[in-house]
Amino acid sequence: MRKIAIYGKGGIGKSTTTQNTVAGLVEAGKKIMVVGCDPKADSTRLLLGGLAQKTVLDTLREEGEDVDLDDIVLPGYGGVRCVESGGPEPGVGCAGRGIITSINMLEQLGAWDEKYAIDYTFYDVLGDVVCGGFAMPIREGKAEEIYIVVSGEMMAMYAANNICKGIRKYAQNGVVRLGGLICNSRNVDHESAMIEELAKKLGTQMLHFIPRDNVVQRAEIHRKTVIEYEPEHEQADEYRKLSVAIDQNKMFIIPTPLEIEDLEKLLIDFGIDS
Amino acid sequence: MVKKIDTTKGLPDPSEVMDEILGKYPTKIAKKRKKSLVINDPEGKKEIQANVRTIPGIITQRGCTYAGCKGVILGPTRDVINLVHGPIGCSFYAWLTRRNQTRVPEGGDNFINYCFSTDIQDSNIVFGGEAKLKDAVREAFEMFHPKAIGIFSTCPVGLIGDDVHAISREMKAELGINIFGFSCEGYRGVSQSAGHHIANNGIFKHVVGNNNRDRIGKFQINLLGEYNIGGDAFELERLFDEAGITLLSTFSGNSTLKSMEYSHTADLNLVMCHRSINYIAEMMEEKYGVPWIKISFIGAEGTAKALRKTAGYFDDPELTAKVEEIIEREMKKVNAVKNTVKPKTEGKLAMMFVGGSRAHHYQDLFREIGVTTVSAGYEFAHRDDYEGRDVIPSIKIDADTRNIENLTIEKDVELYRDDLAAKKKQLLKDGYNFSDYEGMMPEMTKNSLVIDDINHWEAEKLIEYYKPDVFCAGIKEKYIVQKAGIPLKQLHSYDYGGPYAGFEGAVNFYLEMERMLGTQIWKMVDTPWKTEPEIVGSFAINE
Repeated sequence: MRKIAIYGKGGIGKSTTTQNTVAGLVEAGKKIMVVGCDPKADSTRLLLGGLAQKTVLDTLREEGEDVDLDDIVLPGYGGVRCVESGGPEPGVGCAGRGIITSINMLEQLGAWDEKYAIDYTFYDVLGDVVCGGFAMPIREGKAEEIYIVVSGEMMAMYAANNICKGIRKYAQNGVVRLGGLICNSRNVDHESAMIEELAKKLGTQMLHFIPRDNVVQRAEIHRKTVIEYEPEHEQADEYRKLSVAIDQNKMFIIPTPLEIEDLEKLLIDFGIDS
Repeated sequence: MVKKIDTTKGLPDPSEVMDEILGKYPTKIAKKRKKSLVINDPEGKKEIQANVRTIPGIITQRGCTYAGCKGVILGPTRDVINLVHGPIGCSFYAWLTRRNQTRVPEGGDNFINYCFSTDIQDSNIVFGGEAKLKDAVREAFEMFHPKAIGIFSTCPVGLIGDDVHAISREMKAELGINIFGFSCEGYRGVSQSAGHHIANNGIFKHVVGNNNRDRIGKFQINLLGEYNIGGDAFELERLFDEAGITLLSTFSGNSTLKSMEYSHTADLNLVMCHRSINYIAEMMEEKYGVPWIKISFIGAEGTAKALRKTAGYFDDPELTAKVEEIIEREMKKVNAVKNTVKPKTEGKLAMMFVGGSRAHHYQDLFREIGVTTVSAGYEFAHRDDYEGRDVIPSIKIDADTRNIENLTIEKDVELYRDDLAAKKKQLLKDGYNFSDYEGMMPEMTKNSLVIDDINHWEAEKLIEYYKPDVFCAGIKEKYIVQKAGIPLKQLHSYDYGGPYAGFEGAVNFYLEMERMLGTQIWKMVDTPWKTEPEIVGSFAINE
């Protein structure tokens, strides 16, 4: 089983990209589990056709210790096993601790039992890594491959670089490696070349460049992935290409994060300023 | 017999042992620790580093901010429910093991022998513990109907951001009793000292001044920083009572919350433990004009001095005569015991590392029976407790100190005691000292070694060097010291003894020291592996 975590700046399109990629892998016959690690619990909405999910932490709170795997794992598009770890309301408690509790609970309940023959687990993690709890998927070998969703906007690249610092920290004592950057285009000038260059400097690759297309928004309104909503659309093929790239990826490295000056220089060199 | 250091010509210069202690540390740590080890010179003012972070990896004596706030200051008050918001361990270990005593009148509340906690669990950490806290407050109220509830935040509560102050306000409105919260998370300061300050602020804000009742005595005082360990406060109450001095409230040994509410109607505050309570003394003077003096009731001579100073403030012939009568009578009893004990204890050596004032006050008791303190220091004191209050303006305010709220106090125009302020002004002219504490160091012998925040390595080396006859500290040090063949007297809990304050306390202490210093028992205990090997092994040598 391959264990993958998707990180990136808040609002960059992690959940959308993850679910569309998962849909591509499902078409290719893979068995997949998606674990949403965001208190908003919207990481599996497109696969489930809505926010019908009861989160692990809500279940734990209501049912006490007596939790069944079937209470928290729902089958979604093409049989994808969907879990939302959930968390507290904004401004109270500790969402990071919630992620830890919830992943431990899933392990205890045997969510990765051999009988499910899972090929891929995807962890979809909230925004920037804000505390230890959100780094849970990359600690203790929970996830082994990280993909960072990024765009040509400065703050997205800044966040990607920060996430690389986290990965490097845990990679040095563990198995986690960076698998590449996924560019979710915001139509910034020279975006593809710039992300290619950022990837090179981090010691990794740009796995795929996803062009911007409004069909993604249309599919989202209908609570579907593009692959399910308009399978013939060329954007659906982009996600298929990405899923193939992930499936065939062999490049797993410990990233070399940039100094902030180098990151700014990159933006200037690629003519954002000109 | 161990060869003791020669003290006939004064204490030896301990530079050598100091260098040996520091030599073991990495350079940077040695540099930092060096500032907290001072060879005393009572004449020349020397600066000591205190109230700074303990170096990680060093086994410190210190406690945490929560321990200082909940355990030390609020713990001894019997009729307030001290509700700990946190995991259960924090509460269990603060279950008043300091032996604070209290005397409950018929039908009065006493919650001291209870232990209240919200017992927060994993899911409360994740989703926030506010709902559970509210339930706990309601439950405590329904069961006990207390006059007040204090809520104490432990470390995780601060991390997840439960708003104990908002909940206190909400519950106060709902239940109609005084409810107040403390942000005294364990990590808030470098030691328990931060917790004392936070507790002082909380009591002053939410309790002091709630009841402006009429006078009940001619001479009204409060005793601040006396926690009634082993019954110390009872002995002092006996003396005040006989002298005709009305003790309104003690902060906080044998106290009630109600007494704190009207404590601002006193004419004078007596401060025992300067470190833990000087904040309230200062704030009460700023707001209500009640002056404060530093006194010590540890030691018979100190007690006599404190009583005379109190009488001197009121300047009433009848009171003065009564105080002199008490002193004369009590000193006779004290001296009778002292005269039998002193010949046996004279010339012995003591070391003490405890508290924020105890390591100073107990030197007086030892001096009375001819015991010299060769080395002493505090766990959580600040520079002023060592060097005197006149260094306060030169104390560097670091980030850890800024982390604790400093209340801005304004004069209460209605209640401010202009008469007391005028009295103070007059007495100052006559050479009477107010708001003054000279600290420990000016009273210690030349060449004695003063150490702030001592650790086990330093304590062990000093025991080897000084070979003291008694070591005073707390439970964390007790068994290590006893294994070194030295008796240890706990000055936090008094082991099982006390009271040691006042005249009767002095007698108790003399007798206790006669017993401890006379015994050879700890020197007879030897390590079993010296006579019987723990492991028997053999070498196998391959030719």
